[in-house]
Amino acid sequence: MTLPEIIQFVIDLLAVLLLALGIKGLSKVKSARDANRLAAFAMSLSVVGLLSYYLGTSGIAIQSWIWIIIGSITGSLFGAILAKKVPMTSMPETVALFNGCGGMSSLLVALGVAIFPISSSSLINQVSISVSIFVGAITFTGSIVAMAKLQGWLSTPGWTQSKVRHFVNIVFAVASLIAFFDLINGNTSSIWLLVIVSSLLGIGVTLPIGGADMPVVISLLNSYSGIAAAAAGFVVNSQLLIIAGAMVGAAGLILTQVMCKGMNRSLVSVLFGGSLSAQSTASSGSGEYTNITSCSVEECALTLEAANKVIIVPGYGLAVAQAQHTLREVTKKLEQNGIEVVYAIHPVAGRMPGHMNVLLAEADVPYEQLKEMDVVNPDFPATDVVLVLGANDVVNPQAKNDSSSPLYGMPVLDVQEARTVFVIKRGMSAGYSGIKNDLFDLPNTSMVFGDAKKVLNDLIGELKDLGVGEKQ
Amino acid sequence: MSFINLLWVLLLGSLLGLELIGKVPPTLHTPLMSGANAISGITMLAALTCIVKAEGNVPLLIIGSVSLGFALFNVVGGFFVTDRMLAMFSRKPSNKK
Repeated sequence: MTLPEIIQFVIDLLAVLLLALGIKGLSKVKSARDANRLAAFAMSLSVVGLLSYYLGTSGIAIQSWIWIIIGSITGSLFGAILAKKVPMTSMPETVALFNGCGGMSSLLVALGVAIFPISSSSLINQVSISVSIFVGAITFTGSIVAMAKLQGWLSTPGWTQSKVRHFVNIVFAVASLIAFFDLINGNTSSIWLLVIVSSLLGIGVTLPIGGADMPVVISLLNSYSGIAAAAAGFVVNSQLLIIAGAMVGAAGLILTQVMCKGMNRSLVSVLFGGSLSAQSTASSGSGEYTNITSCSVEECALTLEAANKVIIVPGYGLAVAQAQHTLREVTKKLEQNGIEVVYAIHPVAGRMPGHMNVLLAEADVPYEQLKEMDVVNPDFPATDVVLVLGANDVVNPQAKNDSSSPLYGMPVLDVQEARTVFVIKRGMSAGYSGIKNDLFDLPNTSMVFGDAKKVLNDLIGELKDLGVGEKQ
Repeated sequence: MSFINLLWVLLLGSLLGLELIGKVPPTLHTPLMSGANAISGITMLAALTCIVKAEGNVPLLIIGSVSLGFALFNVVGGFFVTDRMLAMFSRKPSNKK
């Protein structure tokens, strides 16, 4: 080994170690922030290692420097600006966008190397280029579609819910396989066919998937982008790339699995089952509500004032209404009155696991008040009032009682066990799954119709009038 | 580095990834996903290699540069956004005291 090789080797070794420690640290609340910085540091270290190696061996031409600087400044600048500006509620689509760009990067590197070979091309080289293009393209188009669907720019076209889509996707898949092997055989012109059909495959697979399942898809695509990075590692012969890519790929798979469990969905049904609502229209015929009790904000405030223990169930609706800060005001008042307040966080509350925790933390809700589903479920029978804010499917008792329901088996919060349940909701529209919520029909449930933020603001007013939270 | 050795690296790297994410509290799923996502932007190294080895080939330089841009967008944005999320968790204890 020459000196530059040794230097790069040592730096790479260190970078891998730090990256692994970073991922490990990210799985604990206490160490997460430092771990994230550690990983970022490891990434910059790896760049230093690579550049120092080339400076010590072949040297880096001025022209190369110019293009390096142009590329890195533009990319970093846009990335940093987007990261600072984006609201917390649209975190899932932002992650999807970043992820898609990672895939695009792998795709471009492989394309570049395929068109202008930088080393003698071998079979292994051809295979890794093809894999990189294939996975990179799927990651890119899939992530962009996921982002567009979460943003509401794209809806789910009807044809994608029929069997037609399987046929279409199989055609794309077969076509990309043909292009794949053609490319490996040395027919470079089929590279464009591979790019096009694998891009189409990414779109075709992601488009039919319903909004509720999107987080799982993003997590899976995240895993893909790791695989794409590892494949790019084979293309440029870099161990560091392979290790980091493989780590992300494997970690992404585990995370996907964990998310699937939380939603009681198998990965197969997410990918090939279509959106939940499409199946449920056939299975749940009892779509009509028969026993809805609606009540005013005033009644709600009176009940809250008399309560000893209140559990809040926040959902995505709360986040959309940007009402987490107003909610915090309400709970502060209740706490000042000696009422015990706890937030029940369903594993998939919000649009991504953990998303709701982030949103509530943004509103200064103490971390200790956030209770996970398994911890809080035994508490519901001893609870006076449950406030359901913009959550729907995660409090549907059908998941426990009705074996014919598509939700059956999904872990839910047992809010109906509480003495009184208030559901704050804009209207009677169904949740993500598109399924009727039996909770709304129960005698101890009252609906408070209105935008979450407005209702909560009114609630603050009513509580004030009652003198709640004014002691001391 | 021979191909076989690289395959070993791939295998061990995957095993490491499987091991690292053992038990993650749901709170951290989104930040973890976002952080892992930033790490997948490590393809920036491949893009850099491409640019350095281009030897004056302008189309390859451009492809490499665009690829580097996409990768860094992923990396920088990913780490910043993760930090923003995690900052909200770590702010709590200091507030109380």
